Amino acid sequence: MKEYQTITEISGPLVFAEVDEAIGYDEIVEIETAQGETLRGQVLESSEGVVAIQVFEGTSGIDQKASVRFLGETMKMPVTEDLLGRVLDGSGRPIDGGPDIVPEERQDIVGAAINPYSREYPEEFIETGVSAIDGMNTLVRGQKLPIFSSSGQPHSELAMQIARQASVPEEEAGEDDEGSEFAVIFGAMGITAEEANEFMEDFERTGALERSVVFMNLADDPAVERTVTPRMVLTTAEYLAFEKDYHVLVILTDMTNYCEALREIGAAREEVPGRRGYPGYMYTDLAQLYERAGRIQGREGSVTQIPILTMPGDDDTHPIPDLTGYITEGQIYVDPDLNSQGLEPPVNVLPSLSRLMDDGIGEGLTREDHADVSDQMYAAYAEGEDLRDLVNIVGREALSERDNKYLDFADRFEEEFIDQGFDTNRGLEETLDIGWDLLSMLPTEELNRVDEEFIEKYYREDVSADADEAETEATAD
Amino acid sequence: MSQTAQTVREDGVIASVSGPVVVARNLDARMNDVVYVGEEGLMGEVIEIEDDTTTIQVYEETSGISPGEPVENTGEPLSVDLGPGLLDTIYDGVQRPLDVLEDKMGSPYLDRGVDAPGIELDKKWEFEPAVEEGDEVGRGDVVGVVEETVTIDHKVMVPPDALDEGETAEVVDVKSGSFTVEETVAELDTGVEIRMRQEWPVREARPTVEKKTPRTPLVSGQRILDGLFPIAKGGTAAIPGPFGSGKTVTQHQLAKYADADIIIYVGCGERGNEMTEVIDDFPELEDPATGNPLMARTSLIANTSNMPVAARESCVYTGITIAEFYRDMGYDVALMADSTSRWAEAMREISSRLEEMPGEEGYPAYLAARLSQFYERAGYFDNINGTEGSVSAIGAVSPPGGDFSEPVTQNTLRIVKTFWALDADLAERRHFPSINWNESYSLYKDQLDPWFQEEVADDWPEKRQWAVDVLDEETELQEIVQLVGKDALPEDQQLTLEVARYLREAYLQQNAFHPVDTYCPPAKTYLMLTTIETLNDEAFDALEAGVPIEEIIDIDSAPKINRIGVQEDYEEYVDELKSEITEELRSLY
Repeated sequence: MKEYQTITEISGPLVFAEVDEAIGYDEIVEIETAQGETLRGQVLESSEGVVAIQVFEGTSGIDQKASVRFLGETMKMPVTEDLLGRVLDGSGRPIDGGPDIVPEERQDIVGAAINPYSREYPEEFIETGVSAIDGMNTLVRGQKLPIFSSSGQPHSELAMQIARQASVPEEEAGEDDEGSEFAVIFGAMGITAEEANEFMEDFERTGALERSVVFMNLADDPAVERTVTPRMVLTTAEYLAFEKDYHVLVILTDMTNYCEALREIGAAREEVPGRRGYPGYMYTDLAQLYERAGRIQGREGSVTQIPILTMPGDDDTHPIPDLTGYITEGQIYVDPDLNSQGLEPPVNVLPSLSRLMDDGIGEGLTREDHADVSDQMYAAYAEGEDLRDLVNIVGREALSERDNKYLDFADRFEEEFIDQGFDTNRGLEETLDIGWDLLSMLPTEELNRVDEEFIEKYYREDVSADADEAETEATAD
Repeated sequence: MSQTAQTVREDGVIASVSGPVVVARNLDARMNDVVYVGEEGLMGEVIEIEDDTTTIQVYEETSGISPGEPVENTGEPLSVDLGPGLLDTIYDGVQRPLDVLEDKMGSPYLDRGVDAPGIELDKKWEFEPAVEEGDEVGRGDVVGVVEETVTIDHKVMVPPDALDEGETAEVVDVKSGSFTVEETVAELDTGVEIRMRQEWPVREARPTVEKKTPRTPLVSGQRILDGLFPIAKGGTAAIPGPFGSGKTVTQHQLAKYADADIIIYVGCGERGNEMTEVIDDFPELEDPATGNPLMARTSLIANTSNMPVAARESCVYTGITIAEFYRDMGYDVALMADSTSRWAEAMREISSRLEEMPGEEGYPAYLAARLSQFYERAGYFDNINGTEGSVSAIGAVSPPGGDFSEPVTQNTLRIVKTFWALDADLAERRHFPSINWNESYSLYKDQLDPWFQEEVADDWPEKRQWAVDVLDEETELQEIVQLVGKDALPEDQQLTLEVARYLREAYLQQNAFHPVDTYCPPAKTYLMLTTIETLNDEAFDALEAGVPIEEIIDIDSAPKINRIGVQEDYEEYVDELKSEITEELRSLY
């Protein structure tokens, strides 16, 4: 391994060095400073005679006398089942004071694309115990479903609730081979130490840590390292899922910080910027992360991703949520208005979506009426929401009886269906039953998205009668 | 991808590597030549030549590649293999069959440096000659037929570049029996040997005689498309919409139910799981026209978002070249590209690596030219062999933030003649397909009307216009309702709103996941519309006769309109429903 002391330029996170041999693109580099500190980096551009190196830990402390070593290989992650229960930093080094990691294998952190022909279509329901998700935006194994949030919202609480409660329905777990266990891999990118503590406390309190691997890149850790952290996380996830048969749930927070790091590197390289200064290849880059979720034919495990991103200015047309939404299979919106109303979790179901829901629910998978109930609640809640605007102008009295029912529906939907609390674990049956309680407030003719057979079976006459009575009383008053 | 590499030109060495862009020195190459880069032989294409340096876009991941490694030139432009075996296959962006890659790589991950021919070379096909010795043939003429799938007869043609325009040659030998795609099946007196396999460079349109005005609709079985915004066979359409608005579902519905002979589905920079869904579903689904599996008429090209970006740039060309090949056989081909925005972004990414001067929003200045070149390859054509065939191109567009004023949407709209605008608001209230009826348009309407009048009903155009008028009126009235509430409107306007509601909920909405509703033949589309019109006419009569609006709206039969979509025996159902509505309303006065 050749060592060079030929640094010509240091700029932001980049170091340029002269070389007299061929250096591979993406190769890993170690830079030793005069103080004896070793920093790691990666080749960003390799031409004859000169290479551009991106330093993960930041370039401070590097001078032109620092020595540069090329390791002759691309970035690898040591993987083993023993990683479960461990806490690592953003570049995969243990920070929990535990023993060194003895790898079973070392895998390239830039995962190769899964051949679409080899994928297995995800259609196995994951019960998260959250009504807004299970009932109306169902998550399935192998899906990537981000949480779109904004600063100051309880997205972490929601993510933790999902990580805690996520399970496969019982009858199915029984059929499964014993090896298919749940594991949670948590990748923190640029979150504050306080947020990190909350996560860690929750992991420890619930005993979830022993089936988890935690990667921590905190807000004061080098920004460039953030571009490596999610790749480490996903390499570990793929190993556990496809080699060790785990059902892995990956939580990545906060993707916005990751994208900021990409922009920083792009700017340092003087690249032509795309929208809002983010690099033009951000779509491809994000896709290389998100697309690592999935299932593979003939393998037992699965990788399910829940990336969290805080939308700058709560604006979902910002490039980060926008590009994410085009890659992921749906999204869950955390809504500031619902949050200020005190709803827990404050999920706004209207813009939320799970693209893989239709194939993961229904008879034999969840319950026969699941899709119809969900569709009808969407339509009814949307109508109630619209009417609220009108009420502000003309008042409730000016609206028809039908409209008033929709308004009541929207209110009770938020109170009873959405606002379940961060500690309540609701089964799917319960979620759907609450759904029917609410739908039964509306007359059967209004339920045009529900099959007649299900109306007969599940519609609750007593509830609608109650509602009518209440209505009559109210009019009598 | 094509395997031949006859004229080996001078090879070069790598000078620098940055992502998918590699610069080579001392490479003797022409623009768009295919080259093999590095020790592993990664496939790439020449995109810029300056002095002795050549810039190459590489179709595979480049990590670990270093300067000094060799670059080998094939001397051939990027071409596709054409011949029997294209259908019922799934390719990546440079026509490597994904199932073969899985076998060759022995892993579910896409490794690099592995090449595979686009069509199976050893498979024997039963060749049945269509000419005899002594016959004169010109370019493009059919010399024989092979049963490619249960649905499609593959016509073996004289390659367009084998003879000059207008030149004919005598068939001196023609065979019959079972052959591989590389064996000679016919010979001409000019010495040309005809095989089932031919090659064609993807960036060049295959020749035709003349583009004609398309006059037949591409019937999709989707009410809002056939009924309000039809596309012609040989037409072009764009489906722009923000994420979550249903672009992909609409494209899938078209791929499943459009009455084209051949479907080419290009998944360009989209989700892996979506492509897997297509791979899983299509072999199981029935082609509504023939009852055979859908895959028997389909070729898939899947370059998912995490696959190399340069191959994403080429995948739409691979798709349209295959489409043109089947058009030359006289077939009607429909090509779906999902999404053209990802294709444009791939251009932008490569362009920015080349440090070209950017145009609007960082896209290269040639964006508009590339888009129009692509869509212009669609059309209804007189083929060079005297047959007629068509290529319809339907491109999904993914505008950032759902903003239609961005360059890809705008440049696409300047070319295509059908515009299906997807709407996030509609999607939010689960109105699917969430195509906005106020913003969408079709410029083919008038030229397709004669077909609908002939095949479905004489008053098809009038009925459509009636629906459009009611929906327009509803949009205006809704603005007032937002201010004063519905009850403040005069009774006739309230009734119009009620009729419009049925148009929206029963007619425009269609459940793609319901086994019956997912495909709606034009006759059913028409009957559904006339049922709503019956309700409209009878209800207004009742209103005129003094029946209060509440009683009219409250009739029991009207909500049954919402169930027409799911009826298999819809004719009977509609007949009964019409008389039920009429009776019920007339009984009120």
